Amino acid sequence: MNAFKNHLSLVVALLGILFSLQTFIIVERAIDAYKQNLACNYSLVVVSKKTITEKTFQKKYKIISNVKELAPDNVIKKLNSGIDKKNIELLKLALPKFYRLKLLHYPSPDEVNSLTKSLLRNKDIMKVETFTKSHDSTYKLLLLFKNVITVFAVSVGIITILLISKELKIWQFKHTERMSIMGLFGAPTWLSSAVLFRLAIVDALIASGLAFIVFSYLSSSDWVIGELTNVGISIKIFDKFSDFSMMLGVALLVSLLLASFIVISHKEEV
Amino acid sequence: MDKVIVAQNLSLGYSKDEFIIKDISFSIDSGSFVFITGASGSGKSTLLKSLYGALKPETGSLVVAGVELKGVNKSKLNLLRKHIGIVFQDYKLIKEWTVEKNIMLPLLVGGYDKKVQQDQVEKLLSHVRLKHQALKYPKELSGGEQQRVAMARALSNNPVLILADEPTGNLDDYSSQLIWNLLEGANKDLDSTVIVVTHHIPESMRIEYKHFHIEFGKIHERI
Repeated sequence: MNAFKNHLSLVVALLGILFSLQTFIIVERAIDAYKQNLACNYSLVVVSKKTITEKTFQKKYKIISNVKELAPDNVIKKLNSGIDKKNIELLKLALPKFYRLKLLHYPSPDEVNSLTKSLLRNKDIMKVETFTKSHDSTYKLLLLFKNVITVFAVSVGIITILLISKELKIWQFKHTERMSIMGLFGAPTWLSSAVLFRLAIVDALIASGLAFIVFSYLSSSDWVIGELTNVGISIKIFDKFSDFSMMLGVALLVSLLLASFIVISHKEEV
Repeated sequence: MDKVIVAQNLSLGYSKDEFIIKDISFSIDSGSFVFITGASGSGKSTLLKSLYGALKPETGSLVVAGVELKGVNKSKLNLLRKHIGIVFQDYKLIKEWTVEKNIMLPLLVGGYDKKVQQDQVEKLLSHVRLKHQALKYPKELSGGEQQRVAMARALSNNPVLILADEPTGNLDDYSSQLIWNLLEGANKDLDSTVIVVTHHIPESMRIEYKHFHIEFGKIHERI
């Protein structure tokens, strides 16, 4: 029971850090994947007096990934009644060219603005339709979501740091006596602090192991996968190897820093 | 006879302006049994602390087992402490360690072989009559038993020097007598130098001893 209590407080604090960090990373990944989906579905329409090739577009604007010329057939169909074939052909030649531009990523409103201005500097381009209203609201929604998660992660982080600083005092109190007694019998610092470092490493392993189990379960749960698929996200949100390594690294760093601080601030009792 | 402790013009204190021990000189022969007495606050414990390097000399020189403690570095001090057994009035046992492991501490620090550690601990547990308590924790023992554990710990690596700070201060007569017997035994059988800080010298002492008395920061030998 005592040994369990010894581990519990630091493990809980470390879990807090790992959960906030991993949640933030997962949300970032999901948002990036969602943005990629949006980028696939989002496009600008450019109206030009003359033909512009895809190469010309891409040479000037690096953000453009794909250009498709829109056939004017639909417009002409609507005007078809009572116009003879010859006139339709003439009309086709007189109509401006319509292009749908796909972008490499989902742009911010500023990027859309600067791209529009830059396109309109071309004398042949008459109009650029950016569908600003729907784009801006989607982008703002994404930003809001990201900010909420960031605030959440930072809050959990701050609470955890407070928990850790409290833990630091408890550890200092608990381990100082043992370290002093061992020192009285000639134990070098590495030996008198070995228990502390062992505890720090074990707690880091326990915390990262627990976080790994929870995130592995969540990332493979049907409910989570279903929810992500519903919004068009089908990426792997939790990479077992790299994410576990990252969590273990962070947990070890925090707990070893804590242990080192106690060892450095330890003074022999007189 | 070899000197295990040589102090010359030694002054000790907790602040640079005020010394508790003032400019004293004395020496202690190797293998002797020494009592240091004095009134409360006279500086007995302060002097003892300086002998294991917890308090550094402010002035003068203090050589313990060949090591000059003025300005001694940590590694040299650790090396010296491996040859000193210390017994405190408040036992200073490690709460989260069992009796067995507490006794093992100096052997652990000394890097002794596991088998040697185990054999020595078993021998000492019998010696202090605590074999049945080996796996208990200090808080499960009485004061007398805890002090016996502390004694066994101090003896475990056959130290050159045993320092005891009022070792029977908190104990009943029976436990006190056991502790005195153990200290006498260590002096006689292990040839360890024993220095005991106490208020009263027990009447039951069966061996020859020296008596130093501290008064007003000065030390005097009483014959």
